[in-house]
Amino acid sequence: MRTTDHHQGEDNTSTPASAERPRADRTKSLRRSRVLQGVALSSALALALTACGGSADGGSEDGGAAEGEDVTLSVTTFNEFGYEELFEEYEELNDNVTIEHNKIDTAENARDSLRNSLGAGQGASDIEPIEVDWLAEFQQYPDRFEDLTDPELEDRWLDWKYEDAVLEDGSLIGYGTDSGPQAVCYRADLFEEAGLPTEREEVAEFLGDSWEDYFAAGEEFVAASDSAWYSGSDNIWQGMINQVEVPYQNEAGDIIADENPEVRDLYDQLLEASVENELSAGLAQWSGDWSDAFQREETFATMMCPGWMLGIIEGNAAEVEGWDIANTFPGGGGNWGGSYLTVPSQGENIEAAKELAAWLTAPEQQLKAFEVVNAFPSTTEALESDELLSATNEFFNDAPTGEILAERADAVETQPLKGTEYLTINVAIQDAINRVDVDGIDDPESSWEKFVNDMEALR
Amino acid sequence: MSAPAAHAPVTTARSGGSAPEPRSGRRKPNVSFRHRVSAWDRRYSPYLYISPFFILFAVVGLFPLIYTAWVATHDWDLIMGQGEFIGTENFMAVLGERAFWISLRNTLSIFILSSAPQVVFAILIAYLLDYNLRAKTFWRMGVLIPYVVTPVAVALIFSNLFGDRFGLVNSILETVGIDAIGWHSGTLPSHLAIATMVNFRWTGYNALIFLAAMQAVPRDLYEAAELDGAGKVRQFISVTIPNLRPTIIFVIITSTIGGLQIFDEPRMFDQYGRGGTDGQWQTMTMYLYELGWTRSDFGQASAVAVLLFLLIVAIGLVNFIITRRISSSEVKR
Repeated sequence: MRTTDHHQGEDNTSTPASAERPRADRTKSLRRSRVLQGVALSSALALALTACGGSADGGSEDGGAAEGEDVTLSVTTFNEFGYEELFEEYEELNDNVTIEHNKIDTAENARDSLRNSLGAGQGASDIEPIEVDWLAEFQQYPDRFEDLTDPELEDRWLDWKYEDAVLEDGSLIGYGTDSGPQAVCYRADLFEEAGLPTEREEVAEFLGDSWEDYFAAGEEFVAASDSAWYSGSDNIWQGMINQVEVPYQNEAGDIIADENPEVRDLYDQLLEASVENELSAGLAQWSGDWSDAFQREETFATMMCPGWMLGIIEGNAAEVEGWDIANTFPGGGGNWGGSYLTVPSQGENIEAAKELAAWLTAPEQQLKAFEVVNAFPSTTEALESDELLSATNEFFNDAPTGEILAERADAVETQPLKGTEYLTINVAIQDAINRVDVDGIDDPESSWEKFVNDMEALR
Repeated sequence: MSAPAAHAPVTTARSGGSAPEPRSGRRKPNVSFRHRVSAWDRRYSPYLYISPFFILFAVVGLFPLIYTAWVATHDWDLIMGQGEFIGTENFMAVLGERAFWISLRNTLSIFILSSAPQVVFAILIAYLLDYNLRAKTFWRMGVLIPYVVTPVAVALIFSNLFGDRFGLVNSILETVGIDAIGWHSGTLPSHLAIATMVNFRWTGYNALIFLAAMQAVPRDLYEAAELDGAGKVRQFISVTIPNLRPTIIFVIITSTIGGLQIFDEPRMFDQYGRGGTDGQWQTMTMYLYELGWTRSDFGQASAVAVLLFLLIVAIGLVNFIITRRISSSEVKR
């Protein structure tokens, strides 16, 4: 956005001068007014510029995180972290702390904004979130982040959650927030209309535990219903690719996405199910059409469901009755998403920020966030707590979501090796999938060729 | 760009007022200090008065331009900063990418689809507003309203209207019996949709600029034309248009700059802001953004910026020459 504003500013300055050039030799008074105009414009511009500069480093005020001294901490989040009430609680617990919340809509925009702040050397919040898909990317810049290692906290998280954030030199880049073990969400009412089982346990059995079973169940459903089996291939892809141990880049960081037979097989399998067997509703995830479709008669019946997705379904499908969640996942278990809180070194309140980040990711707070937005915890203590295991979700037909997701978390076997380019490559392959499934402008083969081209450009 | 125009007053000030006096001062052998100061004052202070513009222009205009060119010749990471000097390698890499040429095609296509109808409609609207209408100010302010709405809001509303599946435009088309159009999948449909947003926003603004220029056209020209038996259409073509010449050039040049730098509308056109799964509506500025911010390659992003600058200059010159020829031939007639 900032770039565009700048362009517009330039337009404005250049207009008066060039506009009046053809008449330049008419009268002197005209010239004088033009000079005045120039001065006025440039001083206006100068004012605008200083205003920009002022807002860029606002937020972090005085340094020094000593006890009792007033500090303002800024925290960036994206999507829904469920932190609003926690911030208030923390401010009550610590009189000297004021928290500024900078909420960004999507993970990708949060990533771009963090990149930009790191590049500029200023503008980052005191606490910045990093999602697991772009964790490796930012691990390339260890000197831009504080080392958060704390012997007391070492055993707080699940092993993989902690180890993913440990750098080569043993320092810790971020504290884990939520995790994304996936179950399958389904529309019990649509299942019933199609003459399929509707009870959670029966549905779990019906869906099976491999992708073949899941797609076969879909064919059965689609034959008996006007609705599609799932919203779009990109939703399913996230479930599939998060089960591949070495998907896009090998240990050395070389891009292997377009040569990896495992990736290609999944791609073919998915698009065959989506397009040839017509299981997909052809809606790109997060698009306006996708959000609308939740409320339509002809919609889709199942969805890959990490904990945080429950809140999104509930938001989009408000008033729709019939959503439920089955304790199974095709291909075993799978983890989609989950984030870390980091403390960029450019901040001025590093110690206070570290304390807040540690507090926000503590088991008690993770449980509170789960209660608010279903962000599934990643700390061992929270995962074993009765509070989590006894949690139910009214919207999903009072399903024991805590228990189901905890079991799905146990079923997660592989944590894929996500390289520095993971997000970029995943975006490219989702584009490839959507070219076929959503836009219908390519067949699987020609779309794959374009993907290969994209990979060549990345190398 | 604006340097020569702003430079004009300097020459006048020097030749008009102060130049003769220092000459007479030089003849006297005992020049007092006060004299010399006042000579300096006359000689140099005009430069001082106009310097804020040039200093600001150098800082915010010229420097970024040159610095961008400098970055373009280096291996430059967004976060790690400057790397090795690699000459034209960034340009070669960018020119060798399919995405660059697609973005060039999209930029030109959206630019033509938006700028051409915009200028035509703006002149026609201005011509209507130039009549003695009832509630003049109301109509004049009315055409400006779309301009007041922020581009992002416009884009959100229009991308909903142009939804592929449940959008209003497609629903209407389907009730009329026309097949739904894939506004987000097809290349030309997406360009049309984006051009519609741009036109919605800028036509009224340009209409007001034309209106101002039209009101400056001497009324006796119209009277004379009427006496000669020219009808309304003839008057519009032979009197109004030639008199609008400088304004048309101005509007076309600014809309060229704006049109080729188009970013907000296409970026907000879908949920991802990358310009479609196949780059159907990825413009050059979006491509630049992708290179610089998503891929972190400031070197290549700067190379695109330099190429875009050259493109704007080239198209601006072509526009200038064409409009100049058109309107001057009108005058001769």
